[in-house]
Amino acid sequence: MSEVDADADADASPEPGSGRADADGPAGAGTATRTAEATGAGGREDAAGDRPLRVEGLAKSFGGITAVDGASFDVERGQLTGLIGPNGAGKSTTFNLITGFIQPDAGAVYLNGSDVTGRPPYELADRGLVRTFQIARELSEMTVLENMMLAPMHQPGESLWRSVTPGPRRDVQAAEEEALERVWETLEFFEIDHLAEEYAGSLSGGQRKLLELARALLTDPDVLLLDEPFAGVNPSLEERLLEHVHELRERGYTFLLVEHDIDLIMENCARVIVMHQGQILADGVPEAVRADERVIDAYLGGDVE
Amino acid sequence: MTGTDGGAGRDRSTPGEGRTDGGAVDDHLRTDGGTGPTSAASSTPSLLGSDVLKIVALMAGIYLLFTGFGVALGYGTNGIVNTLQRVTFLAAVYAMAVLALNLHWGYTGLFNIGVAGFMAVGAYAMMMLTAPPSAPVPGLGLPFWVGAIGGTLAAAIVGGIAALPALRLRADYLAIVTIAFAEIIRFVFRLSALQTFTVFGVRMGTGGARGISGADPDTVLTDLLFSIPIVGSEVVIPIPGTGTGILIPSVLGSISTTLQGMGVVPNVVRGWVYALVLIAVVAGFYWLLTRIGNSPFGRVLKAIREDEDVARALGKDTARFKIKAFMLGCGLMGLVGILWQGSRGFINPTENFLPQVTFFVWIAMIIGGSGSNTGSVLGGALFAALLFEGPRFAVNVVDANVELGSAPSTISAAVADLLGGDVTSMAAYVMGNIDALRFVLVGVILIYLMQNRPDGLLGHRKETAASIDLSRPARTRSRGPTDPEVAADGAGTGAGSDAGPGGDGQ
Repeated sequence: MSEVDADADADASPEPGSGRADADGPAGAGTATRTAEATGAGGREDAAGDRPLRVEGLAKSFGGITAVDGASFDVERGQLTGLIGPNGAGKSTTFNLITGFIQPDAGAVYLNGSDVTGRPPYELADRGLVRTFQIARELSEMTVLENMMLAPMHQPGESLWRSVTPGPRRDVQAAEEEALERVWETLEFFEIDHLAEEYAGSLSGGQRKLLELARALLTDPDVLLLDEPFAGVNPSLEERLLEHVHELRERGYTFLLVEHDIDLIMENCARVIVMHQGQILADGVPEAVRADERVIDAYLGGDVE
Repeated sequence: MTGTDGGAGRDRSTPGEGRTDGGAVDDHLRTDGGTGPTSAASSTPSLLGSDVLKIVALMAGIYLLFTGFGVALGYGTNGIVNTLQRVTFLAAVYAMAVLALNLHWGYTGLFNIGVAGFMAVGAYAMMMLTAPPSAPVPGLGLPFWVGAIGGTLAAAIVGGIAALPALRLRADYLAIVTIAFAEIIRFVFRLSALQTFTVFGVRMGTGGARGISGADPDTVLTDLLFSIPIVGSEVVIPIPGTGTGILIPSVLGSISTTLQGMGVVPNVVRGWVYALVLIAVVAGFYWLLTRIGNSPFGRVLKAIREDEDVARALGKDTARFKIKAFMLGCGLMGLVGILWQGSRGFINPTENFLPQVTFFVWIAMIIGGSGSNTGSVLGGALFAALLFEGPRFAVNVVDANVELGSAPSTISAAVADLLGGDVTSMAAYVMGNIDALRFVLVGVILIYLMQNRPDGLLGHRKETAASIDLSRPARTRSRGPTDPEVAADGAGTGAGSDAGPGGDGQ
């Protein structure tokens, strides 16, 4: 009995199948286009299909401070791409620029080939680009279940008259039943289903990170931008979170993650982008980036033997 | 709970040796997963029942108290019934206003301190639509129903206009905009230039500082109720051939006759009928807002209250949700303005719609606990009965039974007497100035509540924002209370089969 159950569980986790497997390109084929040293698999530069997210010449300054200064990079489909850089390198600003939380002064963001520069966050989420926050921003006075139920896109019950009028409300409830199943499956996948009835505010830091990732997944994203998902997470939970990320990547989700922990990025990402003083310093496979003199000078310092 | 999860986390990374631990954790998880949802499922219907019971119990207590006041003051039956009518009226209108405000602040986190202004828009629009064209302050002479709907819509539209620029701002700025807006509205209605004016050849007006008279909801709604067969008017079923018929007395008619037999004057009976109409409106508000709260729409509102950026990041167009919620709440406030301030068919800007009305409504909401509709009704009733009306009655009762002598003319004189050991002087001062001093009492209670019951009288309530029961659906549950360990092992190592029996079985 339980064998079957276990399998069912494994399959039933978020977004069953949905044909993402094909996008799962060969790991490590990260084409290093901007780092001279890196001679990766070469340029499948062609279609937006392989690079769902592309950023060109993004710039933003606050007052006299230039936070992001002409950053250009792209993210490959079905890959884990890491964005690293010292404090103040402009990583978080870049994130906010891509996700529409702040408006760029110059440059463009392309999502699946179309220009989405400066579009509001809700529209980007609708197009499949969803972010998480550096400090897990759970909705603390809402239960874990409510947090999760919030996420699915285009719920019929989000219309005011539908959720009140007796007839249409039945459709609303039917849609909720459907969403609820996915919610529980996702909670089980992330192993936080036992916390379902708890207020999100009473979860531990790591559990909140799990909740946030789980919640983001329910929006059916193509590309997930994770802002320091491992900050303040204990090692065992970090490992669990990483396993989830890898498993999701294998299913075809695309990840861009900002992280401080260089070792973690180097070990887990197929491609690493290094930012420094608002600019892209290096971009390529971890080995190449690790060997890049400028990166060593700017950031890695003595870390590299 | 947290400890359990920590354990689960560790087990996960070392599936092999975690087996025995896992078993222990299983039991934990199973209990959680098993009891949580079921209790939630069973509590949903009973919650409503117990909430209605709470409201009924509170009103019963209030009636008992005010009957006591009436008896102590030597009121006759008419006086007591009249007192209870007044308390019911106030409790109902405050409950309505708090319910509307709760949609703004309790659900969506919109800091609206212009409640009185939106009430004014509703009431004025109704009066201007219904005032007879021949009146000193002329109107369109339309029926009350048109006026009521028009007033509600007008308040919603004005709310939308106020919200458009303000909702882009953060919470505190919305507060400033709304209170300023409310005062601007009141002063516009006061303008002597708008006393009467002509639009497209139609003479209209706001009446300026003198106010305006129009349809009288009190009369219209009471008459309506009295005109419903069986409920309000008697019905004669003719018996064929005899020329006579069977007379079926009306419910209200019988009650009215009985009350009048007990010495209650017809006007008081009519007042009670209007109070009953208001109670029905409160029930309608409650139904509507609870339904909104328990829906995906309400869930987004709640998320906006908690963290708007998160809602935006999850693909919700939060500005639209906020405007919808704000307009709906303002429309309801407009309706409250019509039924409350406009209930006697006359309003003026110097007595009605003062900013303090807004703050009374806010206090009532804080007492009941923002975010809960039941709390809103309880808070409204409690504020109206105990803080608004209660002190006056209490003082009258004391006054009638205790001789306190003359009161000092200033508070400092009273305090000096108090320090000198003369308690009665202070007591007499309090009694003489209770109308002003009851708001000191309100302040004290507010401070106490903020420190000791910040979530309101009902405390923290888990009112899940969903149209359905969110416990584990049957399809998932049929696999047995799925233990995440098993799932994880199954996915990771395929060793889930051993972990099963302990966890599933039962």
